[in-house]
Amino acid sequence: MNEKDKIKTLLVKKPLKLDCGQTISDFPLAYETYGKLNDKKDNAILVFHALTGDQFASGTNPITKKDGWWNYALGPGKAIDTDKYFVVAANVIGGCMGSFGPSDINSETKKPYGTNFPVITINDMVNAQYNLLEHFKIEKLFCVIGGSMGGMQVLQFVSNFPNKAHTAIPIACTASHSAQNIALNELGRQSIMADRNWQDGFYEEQNKQPDKGLAVARMAAHITYLSKAGLQEKFGRKLQERDDLKFSFDADFQIESYLRYQGSVFVDRFDANSYLYITRAMDYFDLTKKFGGNLSKAFEKSDTKFFIISFTSDWLYPTSENREIVIALNAIGKDVGFVEITSDKGHDSFLLDVPDFLNTVRNFLNKSYEKI
Amino acid sequence: MKKEFYNIANLVTKNAKILDVGCGNGELMKYINENISKDIRGIELSKSNVQKCVEKGLTVIEGDAEKDLKQFPDSSFDFVILSQTLQAFLDPENVLNELLRIGKKAIVSIPNFGHWKVRLHLLFKGTMPVTENLPNEWYNTPNLHMCTIKDFENYCMQRNIKINLKNLKFQNLFSELGIFILEK
Repeated sequence: MNEKDKIKTLLVKKPLKLDCGQTISDFPLAYETYGKLNDKKDNAILVFHALTGDQFASGTNPITKKDGWWNYALGPGKAIDTDKYFVVAANVIGGCMGSFGPSDINSETKKPYGTNFPVITINDMVNAQYNLLEHFKIEKLFCVIGGSMGGMQVLQFVSNFPNKAHTAIPIACTASHSAQNIALNELGRQSIMADRNWQDGFYEEQNKQPDKGLAVARMAAHITYLSKAGLQEKFGRKLQERDDLKFSFDADFQIESYLRYQGSVFVDRFDANSYLYITRAMDYFDLTKKFGGNLSKAFEKSDTKFFIISFTSDWLYPTSENREIVIALNAIGKDVGFVEITSDKGHDSFLLDVPDFLNTVRNFLNKSYEKI
Repeated sequence: MKKEFYNIANLVTKNAKILDVGCGNGELMKYINENISKDIRGIELSKSNVQKCVEKGLTVIEGDAEKDLKQFPDSSFDFVILSQTLQAFLDPENVLNELLRIGKKAIVSIPNFGHWKVRLHLLFKGTMPVTENLPNEWYNTPNLHMCTIKDFENYCMQRNIKINLKNLKFQNLFSELGIFILEK
């Protein structure tokens, strides 16, 4: 079986006008489904992935052969129970797991788009994925859910389509990307661009890969997904397979070796240009912009029940930023719940085995489903 | 469910919009949700209690009543409930003002420090009273601002807060708990 055959794709024929002004049509949207859509079509959940995620949220990713990125939360009998719910997850446009992205061939030039690919936004990603509702003939989703950039897509989805989801669970996210987060993303992008193999983004036609730059970008980003306490507890000053310091620039410390490993495995599964485009989309995300700085107005027409979750040790998308969303919703009397989960696993907590988090999601979903 | 909660639940009207401030494990909210009004939500500081509310399928916001009530607009609820926590706030005056701002009516209950058992305890034993409603010792009590029913009534009168109360002297001596409906 060809690798590409393992990817389900919806060819979106309808033109999509992007925020940058360009219009795209006949573009591929790669997706995966878990569970069964019931006869009433009222059990569908749309899952949005984070920066480096994809449509393979559960089970084994058939391309990378690794576990799905949300295996702890999503699957038969799990918090998002696929014995009960029908889950759809798509690869965002700009991504590199089958959806329209910078490594696709431009039909006019017969070469990969590279940096000629249009700059996309969270709004564009969500509008592209909305086509899945029509594809599956789902009138109203039971839930839209996602963490980090996935949470931003949840917020954008509810704002764009205020009557298309009964419930929404934005996790560890923000309504407006902070200066610190833009700075960290820029660090990653500059790292990729500083790799001489990047070739202004046209590396594929020259059979080159900016692996070193992409690996460093991943290493830096990976630190931001963890917490100081978590790192200290896991690694401390432990040495990597040696009794003492070597007085060199080898990976003396376990944390160095760990980060190098994280960087090296990442380049095997992710495209450098996709990393540029998706981080850019995150930086451009400011849900308040269209509404004169008033976040409440983004949700005014919505009939969705919100449940917002943050983590104590997440310094990338801290509780305070998640709480801003709660405040904006309360200001207009919307139905909103909020929980801050105690965890020392940092921003990554939503991807990991954090029982309080998983139980909270399970309880909220199951109790809400009884009421629709 | 404790008797206090039945008494409070009897004071709210059918299908009213309600906020339970310091909603604990959601016991009162659940009762009201199932019997009187679906439009009820809570705010709670304790993480484990928040989890219990979610388990019950209730809408709950993790937060601190002393800081987080300001996000609600004026008169956004028909009733705001505050059960036996007023005395534990650093600034109860501010919390009361907020309750009366965001709620058309506030239902407030307080443990009565003027109850005869409390008075006798201090008079005869000479130590800080420990009773069923006030189970803690002086060094670990969360109660920073204890008051009597009479104190609370005086407070409301001075501020032109409408308060329902009859037989004040009797209540102040014989009620372990005071439950009030307040209106601005």
